[in-house]
Amino acid sequence: MKITARHQAGITVLEPKGKITIGMGDVALRDSVREALEAGSRDILIDLHEVSTIDSSGIGELVSAYTTVTNRGGKLKLLRLPPKVEDILQITQLLTVFEVFDDESEAVESFA
Amino acid sequence: MGSRAQLSIGSRIDNVELAHLVVEETLAGLQMALSSAYEIAMAAREAVANAIHHGNGEDPEKRVVVDVGVEGDEVTVKVADEGAGFDLQSVRDPLSGENLMRSGGRGLLLMHRFMDEIDYTFGADGGTIVTLRKRLQEAGERVSEEEERE
Repeated sequence: MKITARHQAGITVLEPKGKITIGMGDVALRDSVREALEAGSRDILIDLHEVSTIDSSGIGELVSAYTTVTNRGGKLKLLRLPPKVEDILQITQLLTVFEVFDDESEAVESFA
Repeated sequence: MGSRAQLSIGSRIDNVELAHLVVEETLAGLQMALSSAYEIAMAAREAVANAIHHGNGEDPEKRVVVDVGVEGDEVTVKVADEGAGFDLQSVRDPLSGENLMRSGGRGLLLMHRFMDEIDYTFGADGGTIVTLRKRLQEAGERVSEEEERE
């Protein structure tokens, strides 16, 4: 699991690549969100298009990140869900919670 | 078709990945849709994670035994731990409003969605065996990865 971070229009865009699963990417995702917040970011967009697998622990980290960012007055949104990730978010009924975008420009504008 | 594999692992979280890979490899050479193989491996992964974390408390001296077998059109995965068991009635519904934003508690939900049948056997002297079954509706059909992604 590798996570790159970049900034666009004041938004931190996190791009995890690989698995967000127990013992692998779940902790890395948590650390990346924490680092972004500590660096002063308020709003975070997670681009998931290069995530190959997510399990219940990975979903739990997304939920924790959403709660943490929201409690600090920011917003956390998701970009480009792979079918398997979308399926698991559907099963867990979290598509009703997360704002999801297919287009990055549209996603970034939505934070305004 | 028929195939079987058994794996005994110490209760460390990083062994979840090993168990997942063994289940995937066992199913890889068989005639089944890739979507079925994915769902079985994911369900097995969740069961193994539960066994390691909740069942054996991540005690590396305690073992988790994973047995995956294919007979005819049915795949069976058994995951056994040495823990004290749990009360199914006490498991929170992760889809209820008060639990939707909890960080944990979705493993059993995914297992039930991905498999056709799940049985829990609690040993009188401790230990839990979770048996997951899935019938292959597309036996003999192999879906290519390209088709799967579409």
